[in-house]
Amino acid sequence: MTATTHDTHDAHHHGPPPGFFKRWLFTTNHKDLGVLYMVFGLLMFFIGGAMAMVIRAELFQPGLNLVDPHFFNQMTTMHALVMIFGAVMPAFTGLANWLIPVQIGAPDMALPRINNWAFWLLPAGFVLLLATLFLPGGAPAGGWTMYPPLVLQLGDSFPFLILAVHILGISSIMGSINIVATILNMRAPGMTLMKMPMFVWAWLITAFLIVAVMPVLAGAVTMLLTDQYFGTSFFSAAGGGDPVMFQHIFWFFGHPEVYILILPAFGIVSAIIPTFARKPLFGYSSMVYATASIAFLSFIVWGHHMFTVGMPLAGQLFFMYATMLVAVPTGVKIFNWMATMWQGSMTFETPMLFSIAFVLLFTIGGLSGVMLALAPVDLQYHDTYFVVAHFHYVLVTGAVFSIMAAVYFWLPKWTGHMYDEKLGKWHFWLSTISVNVLFFPQHFLGLAGMPRRIPDYAVQFAEFNMISSIGGFVFGLAQLLFVYIIVKCVRGGQKASSGVWEGAKGLEWTLPSPAPYHTFETPPAVK
Amino acid sequence: MTEETTIQRRSGGRTAAKMALVAVGMFGFGFAMVPAYQVFCEVTGFNGFVSNEASAGPGDMEYDPDRKVTVEFVATVNGSQPWTFRPKQSRMEVTPGELYTAYFVAENQYEGSTVSQIIPSVAPGTAGRHFKKTECFCFTEQRFAGSEQRKMPVTFFVDPALPERNQTVTLSYTLFDIRDGDLPEYDEEAAELHAGAPQSAD
Amino acid sequence: MNQNKLTRLFVASTAALAMLFSAGAAAESDWRRPWGVNLPEGVTSLSQVAYSMHMLTFWIVTVIGVAVFAGVFFSVWKYRKSQGAKPATWHHSTTVEIVWTAVPFLILLGIAVPATQAMIKMEDTSGYEMTVKVTGYQWMWEYEYLDEGIHFYSRLDRDSDRARQRNPEIRPRDVEHYLLNVDNPLVVPVNTKIRFLLTANDVIHSWWVPELGWKKDTIPGFVNEAWAEIQEPGTYRGQCAELCGRDHAFMPIVVVAKTEEDYEAWVAEQQEEVNGDVAVDDDDLSDMEMDDLMALGEDVYDNQCMACHQAGGEGMGDMFPALAGSDKVLGDRDEYKSILLDGVSGTTMQSFASLSNQELAGVLTYVRNAWGNDDDGGDVFQPADVEDAR
Repeated sequence: MTATTHDTHDAHHHGPPPGFFKRWLFTTNHKDLGVLYMVFGLLMFFIGGAMAMVIRAELFQPGLNLVDPHFFNQMTTMHALVMIFGAVMPAFTGLANWLIPVQIGAPDMALPRINNWAFWLLPAGFVLLLATLFLPGGAPAGGWTMYPPLVLQLGDSFPFLILAVHILGISSIMGSINIVATILNMRAPGMTLMKMPMFVWAWLITAFLIVAVMPVLAGAVTMLLTDQYFGTSFFSAAGGGDPVMFQHIFWFFGHPEVYILILPAFGIVSAIIPTFARKPLFGYSSMVYATASIAFLSFIVWGHHMFTVGMPLAGQLFFMYATMLVAVPTGVKIFNWMATMWQGSMTFETPMLFSIAFVLLFTIGGLSGVMLALAPVDLQYHDTYFVVAHFHYVLVTGAVFSIMAAVYFWLPKWTGHMYDEKLGKWHFWLSTISVNVLFFPQHFLGLAGMPRRIPDYAVQFAEFNMISSIGGFVFGLAQLLFVYIIVKCVRGGQKASSGVWEGAKGLEWTLPSPAPYHTFETPPAVK
Repeated sequence: MTEETTIQRRSGGRTAAKMALVAVGMFGFGFAMVPAYQVFCEVTGFNGFVSNEASAGPGDMEYDPDRKVTVEFVATVNGSQPWTFRPKQSRMEVTPGELYTAYFVAENQYEGSTVSQIIPSVAPGTAGRHFKKTECFCFTEQRFAGSEQRKMPVTFFVDPALPERNQTVTLSYTLFDIRDGDLPEYDEEAAELHAGAPQSAD
Repeated sequence: MNQNKLTRLFVASTAALAMLFSAGAAAESDWRRPWGVNLPEGVTSLSQVAYSMHMLTFWIVTVIGVAVFAGVFFSVWKYRKSQGAKPATWHHSTTVEIVWTAVPFLILLGIAVPATQAMIKMEDTSGYEMTVKVTGYQWMWEYEYLDEGIHFYSRLDRDSDRARQRNPEIRPRDVEHYLLNVDNPLVVPVNTKIRFLLTANDVIHSWWVPELGWKKDTIPGFVNEAWAEIQEPGTYRGQCAELCGRDHAFMPIVVVAKTEEDYEAWVAEQQEEVNGDVAVDDDDLSDMEMDDLMALGEDVYDNQCMACHQAGGEGMGDMFPALAGSDKVLGDRDEYKSILLDGVSGTTMQSFASLSNQELAGVLTYVRNAWGNDDDGGDVFQPADVEDAR
């Protein structure tokens, strides 16, 4: 798949170096690396997706039909790790790599070699992580949250897991440092901070979050490692430690991580909706402030993942209030997107359809989030399928839909060809309908009492699980169409103009399509 | 890089160095959360934190001699180890500010000798810091001969500062068999600290 | 497909979903039946508080959700280029932005007040009348009645356990309360404030019965507390809610609430059983009949060993070796005994020394003779053999 964009840049006077390996292995070009990141993300999306298919197939009917519970636990654990660290984060980083320099008028990223390094750590990390599937005891099966003492029972896969998390962490920290350095130093003259496209803003804030919290995760897993092999007892009660402390440290990372997975999506949608509404983004500055407040709040809400561990009242109330506050800036963003559409002149190409679906379905995820924030009821919702439904609405119809919208939106710029609009619409409708069939019934399952992370369930949950699984299979198949559309577009199609979309605004649309290998070597003038 | 990027607006090196420092700092912060959490728990009684160190006795603390609080005792053996471990009494009525002694009985059902570490926890969590032990078998590891059964005392008082709404305090002990593992550092320090404290013996 | 058709399809499908959501949540159906869609109202004051908070917030977020959907659909219908809409150029309004920052904030404030009151109520265990200690194990529960001296383990019931095997002898649908039934339920009285003390033996579990209104984590080395006062006699079922390893899905919780009189009778019965308990006496080292050993051994095997080594002793992967035809099982007697008594370090095989001599003799005999393991004919282990090996 990596070869598919090969011939697209050759027209330019100094294009990429010749030779497949020389080009892709040693590349420091932000566009090449962006492509690599996105292709990697797509690959992982399918690996993680295959795991999800195993999960949904096992849950298709009550009884243990296909896999052993231990293998099922490996699937849920690995599905989460692969999707979060392998699919969504690399896809966003890829978009950042490709788009940020051209959106701020920079010739490349600030640290091109580090960029290459950061990318190539990812496959290394995932080879380690996925290799555990072939170990005697199997892959990590203690949940992606790695709670001790359970995670310490893993056996051989444990050190692999820790090392993989370290490598992936270093990769994303390096990528993020590069993004911050690029945005703060490489903007074209006249491109003040408050003139930057929302996608750049969202990524600037996301990159700060990553640099702030990924090292905390690294610290937490290092402590797990020393507890296991070097006799420390950070998290073992026997030595004076506390297993709940791991949860505090983990969620100090974990909650900002959730926003790392959604803030870039906000940036993407804020670029697409104004384009197809042919009207400027409503409340640009309040969008910036809302994004920053969400990022700030993400540091003080971690306890809402832990309402059931037995925190004292004061702690529970604090985390409940702080969590409820997140709804305010998030609401502002939703309302701003609505206001952008209001009195616009809309057309509904595939990127716009995905963006509208994003606004609506992310709202469902956000609103169930408000319900989850309430500690007294969270004691019922916690660790049930209601939570599973909630975060999949946020992460699939949120983050993943935004990535799909972004791919359709910028694909003509990357390849120089229009994608097949008719197939794109098919992909959209199949995905949107099936994803709701997949996740909506899970709300009911959770409320009716089905815990998450179980391979088998009471017979009363059979009907909704079967519907959910059918939705899951259709959603999985629909994504093959997505790949077909991308490949088809890379290989040819109607020539794209430089502006591509009628309402497109921003520096990237001043470049020819496909964009040359090197761009903005002379800074553009930004008014 | 080569001439390709010579037209950089500004080099990002400085920013990158700063950000790298932030990353290193946050790595340290992760570790700093451990002692910070312990201090925080100690101060607020978060998560049933109970000091595993001896307190000074109540001395001539002022207290209400008519106030009564129920102290419940429970015991748990961790892991599937051949031990029995139970409190001698399931509850006591105590007056906050006065010293009491309660007994727990542990039996090593192994033939061979072994070592245990017993860890206290208090519910409700916020009462933990008001529950003071002047002498406890939990301060240090306990060695048991094969098949030995031992009655072990804990001498404690409830701080009169315990809020009025706490009418019951539960003292829970969990016994960990640590025969195979090395003793964690933390315990040895604690053990040294209390080397002088009278140890439980039958 | 043309734009109009697409949009209509979009509107129709999403509106149908919204209706399903509200209809589903509003239906007062029995959540335990198939198609159960809503949180149970439950049988304690806490569960009812949680339920009313749930419904209140549910309706608030539904109204907001419907407003957002309606706003977007209206724009999609009205402001489309194909209908000749001309884009406006405004992109800012401080007043509007203040309004939609302040209004959600006030709504949240309105929800926060009852939520805070509910939390305060939940945390207040004072005035309790009895205490039950709950200990989570991989993968069962232990219940201890602090004052009554009653103490037992609670495991997945036999029928569910048979039906949850791969290629089971009975189908899950034929088991009543599949995966939600246990051998020994927790029996409690109604109208009594029960204080629960929760801890765990190995990893973190979470004790959850939806109709009691909460779940609470059980954490090794730490003790948590919670309370419930059940208003109606009945059987209430729940499950472990925190991933705790391979059989996380197979450690249900059943609470049987009885009237005070029935509960007293049950307690008396239990205490009698404990005092007169002769079924398995650890000091009795007299020889047992082969059939008795096999029967007891099968019982012990089903409860302790089957989860990992499987019903036919075929084991599972490398982690859980097969026992049928195993060299270790059929080999040296002392070595075989020591595997059970001491466990195998570095594996998930733990020591089972806490079982009685009779139980161990039974299971040793059973495994050595079951599934075609009996080549050299009736190799028997007696309680005295086990005692020798201890």
